[in-house]
Amino acid sequence: MAGGMTPAPQGNGTGYRAIVGPLLIPTWVMIGIFLVLPVLLMAVYSFLTKEFRGGVVWDFTLAAYDQFFLNRGLFGDEPPVIEWTYITIFWRSIWQAALATLICLIVGFPTAWFIATRPARTRAVWLFLVTVPYWVNLLIRTVSLKFLIRENGPLNESLMALGLITDPLPLVNTNLAVQLGLFYSYLPFMVLPVYAAVERYNFALSEAAADLYASRWVTLREIVLPVVKPGIIAGCILVFVPSLGAFLAPDLLGGAKTFMIGSLIDEQFRGSQGNWPFGAAAAMILMTLVLIVLTVYARAQTKGDAR
Amino acid sequence: MKGVRHYPGFLAMAVACLVILYAPLIVVTGYSFNGSTSITTWGGFSWRWYADVFTGPDAPRFKAAAWNSITIAILAATTATAIAVAASVAMIRGGRFKGKSATFALINLPLMVPEIVTAVATLIFFSAIGLTTGYMTILIAHITFCIPFAYLPIAARLQGIEETYEQAARDLYATRAQAFRLILLPLMMPGILSGFLLAFIISLDDFIITNFVKGAGMETLPTAIFGSVKQGIKPNIMAISTMMLAVSVLFVTLSYLVNRIGQRTRS
Amino acid sequence: MSTAIDIRSVVKRYGTATALHGVSLSIADNEFFTLLGPSGCGKTTLLRCIAGFEDVTEGEIRLFGQNIAGLDPNHRPVNTVFQQYALFPHMSVLENVAFGLKMKGVSLSDRTARAGRMLEMVHLSAFADRLPAQLSGGQQQRVALARALAPEPKVLLLDEPLSALDLKLRQAMRVELKTLQEQTGITFIFVTHDQEEALTMSDRIAVMSQGRVQQIGTARDIYEAPVNRFVADFIGETNLLEVTVDRIEGGIARVTLPGGHTITCPTAATTPGKHHISIRPERLSISAAGDLTATVERVVYLGTDLQLLARLTTGEEFHIRLQNSARAQVPAPGSTVALHLEEGAARLLAD
Repeated sequence: MAGGMTPAPQGNGTGYRAIVGPLLIPTWVMIGIFLVLPVLLMAVYSFLTKEFRGGVVWDFTLAAYDQFFLNRGLFGDEPPVIEWTYITIFWRSIWQAALATLICLIVGFPTAWFIATRPARTRAVWLFLVTVPYWVNLLIRTVSLKFLIRENGPLNESLMALGLITDPLPLVNTNLAVQLGLFYSYLPFMVLPVYAAVERYNFALSEAAADLYASRWVTLREIVLPVVKPGIIAGCILVFVPSLGAFLAPDLLGGAKTFMIGSLIDEQFRGSQGNWPFGAAAAMILMTLVLIVLTVYARAQTKGDAR
Repeated sequence: MKGVRHYPGFLAMAVACLVILYAPLIVVTGYSFNGSTSITTWGGFSWRWYADVFTGPDAPRFKAAAWNSITIAILAATTATAIAVAASVAMIRGGRFKGKSATFALINLPLMVPEIVTAVATLIFFSAIGLTTGYMTILIAHITFCIPFAYLPIAARLQGIEETYEQAARDLYATRAQAFRLILLPLMMPGILSGFLLAFIISLDDFIITNFVKGAGMETLPTAIFGSVKQGIKPNIMAISTMMLAVSVLFVTLSYLVNRIGQRTRS
Repeated sequence: MSTAIDIRSVVKRYGTATALHGVSLSIADNEFFTLLGPSGCGKTTLLRCIAGFEDVTEGEIRLFGQNIAGLDPNHRPVNTVFQQYALFPHMSVLENVAFGLKMKGVSLSDRTARAGRMLEMVHLSAFADRLPAQLSGGQQQRVALARALAPEPKVLLLDEPLSALDLKLRQAMRVELKTLQEQTGITFIFVTHDQEEALTMSDRIAVMSQGRVQQIGTARDIYEAPVNRFVADFIGETNLLEVTVDRIEGGIARVTLPGGHTITCPTAATTPGKHHISIRPERLSISAAGDLTATVERVVYLGTDLQLLARLTTGEEFHIRLQNSARAQVPAPGSTVALHLEEGAARLLAD
């Protein structure tokens, strides 16, 4: 059955194979010139010397990376020690993003499961309700959250009115607020891929497990989670990556103590006190982190496929 | 026995999820109708802050920003959609070709690179080639990052359309262009509309990249709102937020309907 | 009779895999010609080469003398009925049927009239304004037929068009297809894996396997006179026995059966030696003295027939079919029977 083993490649008889090049030129040009080239240029800039009015001088140097990782004293003449300021900011960002991802998973998985097990009609309504916030401007959502949880905002007032607390909770400008902001910003990104995975889940597997004496929660751990894992991992990536470089939530909801990568980079390009090479270097480091995460994810996926 | 689909507590979690997602939006919508000048006290129902948005001291600024936002979103979404249609036809109907996986990576690149990195890189690029930042630079940046958002629904739709429809058309004497216009394009339309709507909203939404490449004096709605919010949340901001919220809800409903129609034509 | 399609040494390769190994056959005008074979035998690939959806790697395809290899599908006066019909879901039934005429530049009024006549021919005039999704499978099938016939192609290609229908409808459509072919006088090339479909409708059948044509002939030819083991086994049910051929002369072979009996039978082989013989299970009778001796192992009741699963004294499995009549004497399992071969029941194969 030689013929049957080799499915005809797509595109036969539709005639598009001959014009693949022309069809793709706009994509190559737009993304190539306005994203790939800029990122390469950014890499180059991270090795240039800063100019004091903002901008760069074309002298190659490792100064930006040196400033990021090492402390050579106020005048640069002391023996170098590790500079913790920026590493701490990065570490805090990673930690915050990971925590936000975990919380999104804890809330998002039961929600996705619940939606996927509704009858078709109610499922559509739930899905619609979860999707709407995704389409609402992120800035507006963040501002709304700030309005809700601020010191004398509706949340504190209602809690006090109910007698649950006597003094307003100082939520804004804390790590908790940033956490809440990240969680609130990216929760739909967790629910949707997990929902897609659960929807494809064959519930007969759960029935088989129950038939073989597994309890509900054992079934969840031993059968459901391994099977829907690709959806969960996709959701985690979709929450973690944007959380890592988030700007709005830490900037609006956090304070000086909750400074994250996004704000650090942003600061380097504001006005004349900015430092472009340093900002470019910080962006390079952020991008490297994200690429590592994505590569690990891609590896795990191909391994999963090979099985 | 309630069946293997039931887990205690999952309903509560789902409800909690909705409450968390909607509480801030509902509160802000409510307070946008607050007659009081203070955001902390309730002064009765009023449209005054909506009137303020259109006629108040900030009105010219917001009108200009809204005009920029909407025209950029329309232009960027239209261009990105056209590019994405061509790309999806090549990727899905083009068979195997050299550089296909590289092209696939390229299309998805804007989704992989963190927004703040794209913002920095784009700013550096425009400043290096000496292009004055402003409307044009925002538009170019928006077209670029909108491409994958337009591409995903379009490609998904095209993947679901069997090639035999086009082959049947070609078999019945249609040229490649006719088969595209008369058969493929109408069948792809729900995906194209979804892609356009998604790209439109993404463009309208963008703050970080726009904020980097907009240059002095140029504002879009998000940057204008951000500028105002830095001095505290004023009631007129809540009115604008509520209007943008209404636009978003309208768009989701539209895309939802488009999908429903799309499913019906797919037999 | 003129030749409609002439296929000359067509080879089709996908990378390193070869789907067609030098296929040659010619199909006469007005013929109902069937390509029959199991899935993956290359029959659909050959059809798609004729339609122009695949380029041939080597060889020629001639349509009424003109080499059409290399022409785009829209430049070939050949139309296809697709396996899943491929009716344009966003167009009405009438628009679907009129599509080919529209592409050929026929005016709106003319093409509407002609499409209307086509719909009449397939008894679907009442459904002209419906969308394909609103029709049943059988109706969609007839729309697909009308659509492919409307531009009056020189050759109609049918790619397993009945496989999506249920049994009753399939049987009815066989008759309808055959009638339509006779009415229109168009050459039909029909692809199927269903031997019953092939045997009931076709003027001639090409049996294909592994990218090669194994045998071309009428239904009777390929059933009664298969050339090799593949054809004998694929068409109907048969017993294949390895035998020694003593002599071949004038198309008649002298064969020694397992057990020592010698018979003469028609042959596809030309040289003596080890070969296989095909014996149809319904062409045997149980008698006092026979050509073969077997032990009955199991009797299976099939309604119209009884099937005896037996084993020859020399060890080979052997199937026998008996008509289920009151007169039939059914041997009990375990009993030993002598089998008599009817005239022409056995045929010597080339391999």
